[in-house]
Parts: sequence; C-alpha cells; structure tokens
Amino acid sequence: MIPLPCTVIEGIGVTKRYGGVPVLRGIDFAVKAGRVTAILGPNGAGKSTLIRVLLGLARLDEGSVTVSGTVVGDDPAYRAAIGYMPQHPHFPENLTGREVVRLLRELRGHTVPEDDELFVAFALAAELDKPVRVLSGGTKQKLNAALAFMFRPGILLLDEPTAGLDPVASGVLKAHILSARAAGATVLLVSHVLSELEDLVDDVIFLLEGRVEFLGSLRRLEEITGESRLEPAVARLMQRKAS
Amino acid sequence: MTAMTVFRYELQDLRRSRWVMGYTLCLLLLTEALLRFGGGGPRAVLSLMNVVLGVVPLVGIVFGTMYLYGSRSFIQLLLAQPVGRGELFAGLYAGLALPLAAGFLLGVGLPFVWDGGGEGALAGPLAMLLGAGTLLTLVFTALAMLVSLRVNDRAKGLGLAILLWLVATALYDALIVLVATTFSDYPLELPLIGLIILNPIDLARVAMLLQLDTAALMGYTGAVFERFFGSAVGVWLSAGALILWWAGPLVAAHRRFCRNDF
Repeated sequence: MIPLPCTVIEGIGVTKRYGGVPVLRGIDFAVKAGRVTAILGPNGAGKSTLIRVLLGLARLDEGSVTVSGTVVGDDPAYRAAIGYMPQHPHFPENLTGREVVRLLRELRGHTVPEDDELFVAFALAAELDKPVRVLSGGTKQKLNAALAFMFRPGILLLDEPTAGLDPVASGVLKAHILSARAAGATVLLVSHVLSELEDLVDDVIFLLEGRVEFLGSLRRLEEITGESRLEPAVARLMQRKAS
Repeated sequence: MTAMTVFRYELQDLRRSRWVMGYTLCLLLLTEALLRFGGGGPRAVLSLMNVVLGVVPLVGIVFGTMYLYGSRSFIQLLLAQPVGRGELFAGLYAGLALPLAAGFLLGVGLPFVWDGGGEGALAGPLAMLLGAGTLLTLVFTALAMLVSLRVNDRAKGLGLAILLWLVATALYDALIVLVATTFSDYPLELPLIGLIILNPIDLARVAMLLQLDTAALMGYTGAVFERFFGSAVGVWLSAGALILWWAGPLVAAHRRFCRNDF
C-alpha cells in the first residue's frame, strides 16, 4: 500500500477581512507534502491574501493556519523552512544583486550549502554586481526566483512565478520547481497562466469570492468537470457556481 | 542582530542615494555660501537656523514617507524571512534616520570645520544648531514611519506628510499669533511657553535664539523665555518634550508595524 502524503500546511476556518470586507470567508484547506499545489481563482478571489496569511504578513481575523506543525503567529522561526517569491520584486535600488543575496543570507544565518543552480541557469553572475535600479524587469524576476530557491526550503510559496520571464527562463524555472518537488519540497503557487500549470501541478485549490470551491487532485478535477485541460475545467467550475 | 543587518544594508542603499547626496550637497553649498558671503559667524548660524527649521523636517518627513512606500514590497520579502517584526522595525528606522542625520551633519558641519567658523563664542550656537537639526531629523523620520504605516494609499500618505510639516512649520505659528493678538490684554508668556513646547520646531527655534543671545530682541517675552528655558525645570521640560516628540511617534509606529498587514 502506498502511504498517503502527510499534510504540511493546514487552514481551519481561515477568515480575513480588509476594512470590514471579507476576502477569505472561513475557508478550510490542506496542502500535502511533496506535491505542487496551485491556488487558482479569478482576480480578487483571495489567492495572494492566502499566501500572505501563510507567511504571517496578514493577520487572521478568525481561524488558524498551521505550517509544518507550527501555528502561524508571532514566532517567525517557522519561516526558515519557507522560500517566498513575491509577485512584484522591489529590491533596494542602490544595492547590487549580490548585496541583496548577502542580506538575505545574513538574515537567515545560513550555513548549509546553498542552491545556486538558478543563478547559473539564468546567467545572473554578470548581473549581480550591477545596482538593482539598472536591471531589467525580467532580470529582477530571475533574481527573485533564484532567491526563493537559494536556501533549499522545504516549502516554496511562489506568487505568479513566471510573470515577466521569457519562455526560456520560464522553462528553466518550471524544471527547477519539478526538481524541487522530486527532492521532497512542497510547492504552493499562484498563477493566472493556467496552460503553464498543467505539466506542473498535482493538486488544485480553487478560490471564488473568498471561498474554496474545489480542493483536490488534478485528476479529481478532471473527473468532476469532464475536462482534461485546466483552463476549461476552471471555466466549468465557475459556470457551475454561476448557475 | 537582525536590526544591525537591516541597518547596515539600508545604510549602504541610502549612502548611494542621489537624493541623500543631493540633500547633503545643497546644505554644504548653502552653509559655505553663508559663511563666505553672508557675514559669517552668528549671522550665518542665524540664517542657517531658518533653513534647518524649514528644510530638515520637510526632507525628513517627505523623503522618509516616499522611501518607505517604495520599500513596502521589499519589507514584505524581509518579513517572509525568519525575523521578528520588532527587530526589523528598529533596523529600518535606524537605516532611514541615521543617513539623513549624517547628511545634515556633514552638509552643515563640514564648512564650519574647514572655514574654522565653529570656534570660540560660536561653538555653543553651532552645537545647538547641529543638535536641533539632528533631533528634528529623528522626530520627522519617526513621523514618516507612522504616516506610511497608518495610510496605505501612497498619494494620501504623502499629502498627510506634507500637511503635518505645514502645520508644524507655519500653521501652528499662525495659531500662536492669533492667540497672542486675541488675548493681548492678558499676560500670555506662560501659556505661550506651553504652546511652544507642544511643537518641536518652535521648541528648537526658541532654544537656538536663546543660544544666539537674541532674546533681548523679543523684549519682556524674551526675558521670560530666557528665565524659563535657562532654568533647570525649563531645560528638563524642553528636553523631555523633544524626546516625547521623538519617542511618541516612534513607539506608535513600532506598535503599528508589529500589528500591520503587509
């Protein structure tokens, strides 16, 4: 018998309001270890808020979130296991890329060998000594991705990871996500480009108006909707909700 | 440890900032010009006082607010690391306030050093000028932290920052003049001292004027001010008020930073 993957991230009754407006409405969810889970949903569904809640950047109004057995709260230690790639990277413009790398390294007090594969694959070495302000948007996004993977985290939270990347770089990043999964990492990603996710994703959390409309494997989604492609499957979920 | 690390890297960032370099250079050129062509000595210090009271709070609050709004996304990335919010706040504040204070000290202080104008009788007023400018930088960057954390919208936050500066430099003085003219038949010296203590810029102005021995120009009011601010109670009360003006916004900003959503 194949053992079931254990849950590494769990949310119970997660509620978040901004100025009294509910963005997440008491959702329950679980993310299995060693799998790639996509958070999908239309604009304003609460995808990025959910990522911020997992990182402790946004405080919960109700409910609780557990990451690797630690309840997300005031103790920041659990974030040592997380690599985060924000949607819009803004690094201090007068620092060089290398200084940004050093800053994060010092903050983490990291002593184990780091993953510099993406720095090499993205050919970032030549760019690291330039001030961030002269780097192109794509180069900043490459640096952003390389930083998220640098500390070999057990959990990766990636917010629109391929946005702003050219097709080659996007392919490199996707391959790296899969190799991280193969090494046992749990990946949670948000993306609007559904076609890019099909060969990456194992599980889907579909959010609509702050509620979980679907949570399960890609195969289960296919069974429910009768669609083999992710984009029409998601469209079918939205139509079902509207009707 | 976290605070020191963030401070060091923010210091490197702002040390290379064209805005901070421009600010330092402008103060340097102005001070040099006033020392060479403005009569030098006490006159230069008096002219610089007016610049310090207007420009230093403006740069502190506007540059600070803009810088913090621009850093919001990077602060998110830092908060996603295993670091405490309190320590991160300390590093961010020190990394913002100290380079600006250093820019002010270098811009105003260096010309006095190489022109030799800060010696003898001028040493006291110059020390007061440098001290007041540094303290005003710390106060107004703390206010910038508070504004940028309380107001999410960048345009509204910048508007509020400019309004605060306008109130502290001009509107509050207009209120004092209004009070003084409306109640001119009453002895107002003590209530005016109270009003002055409530505004850090007025407090710095009076302290500098008294250092420059210009209290006599203010007549009886000047004598009352000199007696009060020269007394032990006055000195402690003024120092306490300035420290409160620094610590109050800083503590409020710290609490907000620790509870805020990013």
